[in-house]
Amino acid sequence: MRRQLFAPTVGVFIVALVCLPAHAQVIAITGGTVYPVSGPKIEHATVLIRDGKIAAVGGTVDIPAGAQRVDARGKWVTPGLINAATNLGLAEIQGVPETRDNVARGKDGIAASFTPWDGLNAASQLIAPARNDGITGAVIMPQGGLISGQAAMIDLLDGNGDAMVRKAPVAMTVTFNNVRGSGSGARGEMFARLREVLNDARTYATKRLQYEAAQTRAFAATKGDLEALQPVLTGKLSLLVDADRRSDIEAALKLARDYKLKLIIGGGAEAWMVASDLAAAKVPVVTGGILNIPRSFSTLGQRGDNAALLRKAGVSVLLISDSYGDGGTFNVRNVRFEAGNAVANGMTWDDALRAVTLAPAEAFGVADRVGALTVGLDANVVVWSGDPFEFLTQAEQVYIHGKRVDGPSRQDELMKRYRTLPPDYRAP
Amino acid sequence: MRTAIVTTVSLVVALAASSAQARSQAAPKTASDTSKKPTYVAGALSTPNADPFPSSYRPRPSRTTVIRNATLLTAAGPMIQGGSILLRDGKIVEVGRTVTTPPDAVVIDGTGKFVTPGLIDTHSHLGVYPAPGVDANSDGNEATNPVTAQVWAEHSVWPQDPQFPRVLAGGITAMQILPGSANLIGGRSVVLKNVPGRSVQEMKFPGAKYGLKMACGENPKRVYAARGPSTRMGNVAGYRAAWIGAEAYRRRWDKWLEKRDGDPPTRDLGLETLAEVLRGNIYVHNHCYRADEMALMIDIAHEFGYKIRSFHHGVEAYKIADLLAKEEISGSVWSDWGGFKMEALDGVRGNLALLHAAGARAIVHSDDAVGEQRLNQDAAKGIAAGATLGIVVSPDEAIKWITINPAWAIGLDDRIGSLEAGKNADVVLWTGTPFSIYSKPEKVWIDGALLFDRTDPKGWWKTDFELGFVPALMGGAR
Repeated sequence: MRRQLFAPTVGVFIVALVCLPAHAQVIAITGGTVYPVSGPKIEHATVLIRDGKIAAVGGTVDIPAGAQRVDARGKWVTPGLINAATNLGLAEIQGVPETRDNVARGKDGIAASFTPWDGLNAASQLIAPARNDGITGAVIMPQGGLISGQAAMIDLLDGNGDAMVRKAPVAMTVTFNNVRGSGSGARGEMFARLREVLNDARTYATKRLQYEAAQTRAFAATKGDLEALQPVLTGKLSLLVDADRRSDIEAALKLARDYKLKLIIGGGAEAWMVASDLAAAKVPVVTGGILNIPRSFSTLGQRGDNAALLRKAGVSVLLISDSYGDGGTFNVRNVRFEAGNAVANGMTWDDALRAVTLAPAEAFGVADRVGALTVGLDANVVVWSGDPFEFLTQAEQVYIHGKRVDGPSRQDELMKRYRTLPPDYRAP
Repeated sequence: MRTAIVTTVSLVVALAASSAQARSQAAPKTASDTSKKPTYVAGALSTPNADPFPSSYRPRPSRTTVIRNATLLTAAGPMIQGGSILLRDGKIVEVGRTVTTPPDAVVIDGTGKFVTPGLIDTHSHLGVYPAPGVDANSDGNEATNPVTAQVWAEHSVWPQDPQFPRVLAGGITAMQILPGSANLIGGRSVVLKNVPGRSVQEMKFPGAKYGLKMACGENPKRVYAARGPSTRMGNVAGYRAAWIGAEAYRRRWDKWLEKRDGDPPTRDLGLETLAEVLRGNIYVHNHCYRADEMALMIDIAHEFGYKIRSFHHGVEAYKIADLLAKEEISGSVWSDWGGFKMEALDGVRGNLALLHAAGARAIVHSDDAVGEQRLNQDAAKGIAAGATLGIVVSPDEAIKWITINPAWAIGLDDRIGSLEAGKNADVVLWTGTPFSIYSKPEKVWIDGALLFDRTDPKGWWKTDFELGFVPALMGGAR
C-alpha cells in the first residue's frame, strides 16, 4: 500500500526534472496525417507540443512564433506505441541468469509484494532499439509462480529507473498457465490456493493489530504479500491473469465476480470462445495478433484471428509482441508488426492502432497521461515515413515527453562498424 | 476413399520396389561371383548414397494452369510486371509476358497479385518438435552423446504435426527438417515436400541429398557440461576426433567396395553418415552464432576436406560476410532475432542486407513454426534494415533469400527455387507484394497440384491430431 503511493509520486517528480530542458521549447509537427486515436484521423494537421505535453492537435492550429517546426508532410503521425507486456529493463539476456530480474523467488509460488521496477535497469541496451522503432511506453511484468508480482508502466526516456516509471503498480499479475510451476498439482488445487490467499488477505486487513501481536492464526502468505493484495481486493488495482485455456479464463471470470476484482486477461489463446462473457464483464485481453498453433493442451484453440474476433465482440484488446519466435525483450519493438498481422487477420486498422496505444493506457489506468494525441497528455509522438505497421516504414522521429530521442542503439553501432569490411579497429 | 486405397497400393508397391532394389544392390550378379562370393543383405553394407527409407511421394493430381497478368518475382532475373506463367504436368512450362494457354488450362487472373516460387526453409523442426509440444513428442535432440551422427531426423518426424498445414498456408513448399542443436554432430536432416502423408516417406523429396547437422558454441557445452565437452575448445576437439574416425572409415569402406573381396568391414551408422559428408554426398549445415567460431569451423572443414553448405542462425555472419562469400557458404539467418543468450548478443536487423552486399548467399530461415509461416515478412524486415544502411535490396533480389538461395543450400536449385521453364511447379500466388504485411499466399501449388487455396476452406489440410482437439480450422486462417 505504501509502496503503491510512494513509487508514482517519485516517478512523476523526477520525470518533471528530466523534462525541464524540453519545457523551453515549443514544437510544431506540421502537415502530416495525424492519427490521434482519441478521434478520427486528420489530414494535413499539426501537433503542437509545449512543456512536454500535447498543446494542440488539428487542421488549423496557431503556431507560436519561435516554435520549432517539423515538416511532416507526407508522413503519418501517431501517439507513441505502448507494448503492454515486456521485460524491458528487467531481463537483458534470457540465457544469462544474472541479467534477469523478472522472476521473484516468492514463497510457495506467491510473490504479490514483488515490485520489479525497483530493480529496473535504465542502462538496458534494449530500450534504444524499441524506442527507435516508435515504442515510447511499456508495461513491465513479473513472471513465474502463481502470483508473480506487480506490473508497472514505464516511459522509454533517458533517465534513471525512477524517472522511467510512469505509474506503479498498474496491475497485480497471476498466472494460470503454469500449474506445476505455481506449486500446485492440478488446476483445482491452484484455484483453491489462490482463493485461500485472497481470503487471508481480506481477513488480515481486519486484524492488522492482532497480526502484529501474533494473535492471529497463520496466514497463507507473508505480511508483505497480504498487504500488496489489498488494492486488488478493493478493486483499485487490476488483477492481470495469464490464462489461455477457455476453462482457465472462465475460472478467472468467476474469481473476479466472487471477489469483485478488476480483471484483465493475458495470453487468452481461447478467449474468442468466451468473447461475449469478456465483453459483458468489460475485461480487456492482452494478446498477440499472429499465433495460430496448438502449441500446448492449454492453447488448442489458438487462432490467428483471436484479436479480431474479440474486438468484434466488443472486448478491449491490447496487442503485444508475443509471437516472434524468441520474441522476448529483444523484440519489444515488433509490436507494430503484431498489429499489422492482426489487421491481416481481420482486425480493423484503427482498432489495431488503438490496441497498441490507447487500449493499454486505458486498461492500465494511464489514459489521462499517455496513449493518444489529446491536449494535455504527455507528448509521446512518432512521425512515421508511412503506415507504421508496414515493414518498410521507418519511425523517423520519436518524441517522449516532448523531447526527441534518437540516440543510436548498440545494434546500430555494430552495423555501422561492419558496414564496410573488414572493420578498422585502429585508433583514428 | 478411393484416393486412400490408391495411395495404399502405391505405398505397398514402393516398399516392394525398394526392397527389391536393396537386394539387387546388395547382391551384384557378376560372372566371378557364381557361387563362392557371399551375398549380403543391404543392412550389412556401408554404400554411398544408400537409400534404405526411400521416398514414396507421389505428386497430387494437377491441372494445367495459367496465371495471367500478375507480377512475377522469378528469383531468376528481373521482376516481370503483367506477366504470365504456365504450369503443366507438374512442371513450369513457360514464364514471361505472355504464355501459351492450352485449351484445357485453368486460367487465373493475377491482376494486382504476385507470383513467386514456393518458399523453402533450410531450418525447420516441424514433425520433430511438433505441436502440441509435449515431452512425449519432443524428438529433435538425441542429447545422449555429443556426437550422434547415427540418428536421422526423418525417424522422428510426426507427419500429423498441425504445423505442416499452417506453414503451407504461408507459402512453404519444401523444407529441411534438422535435428536439434544439443550435439556437436546431431545427425542427418531430411528434405520434405509440404504435403499430407501417413508416413514420412510419403513426404520425402525424391532424390534430395541428406544434410548433416552440426552445432557450435553454447548448446553442446551446456548440455554436456558434466561429461564434456564443457568448453568451446572441447567442442572443437570433439568435431576433429569425429572426422578423424570418419576418414579412416571412409577409406576402409571405399577400399572394400572397390573389390568386394573378403568379409566387409563392420558397418557403423554414425561413421557412415560422416563418410558420406567426406565423399561430398551429404551437405553440412552448421548451427553457429559467433563470427570467430564460424571461422574456426571453416578451418576444420578445410582440414578434413568437406564443405559447409550453410551456417545456420549466424547472428554474427555480417562480421565475416566477406569470408562467407569467398568460401561460398550461405548464411541461413533470422531477420531480427538476437540477445536471448550470450552468443546471440550481437544480432542485428541488417544481417541479411550486409551478407547480400558482401556477395554472400543470404537466406531467411525460421527455426520456428511461427516464423516459418512468414519468411516473406522476415525478408521484408531485411530489406528495410538494408535501406537504413544505404544498401538497396530490390524485390527481385530479396525474393532469392527465401527461394533460390535456400534451394541451393539444400542442393535442389536445379529443381526448385525459381520460376523457370523445366523446374518443378512449386508456385505461390500472393494477394499482393509478399513484402507487405497485409499480403498472404492465396494459392500454393506443389508439383503443379493446388495444395492450398485460401478461398476454399473446405479443401484445407487438417491433420489427424486436429480432429476434435483443435476447434479452429487452420488456426483461424483468413
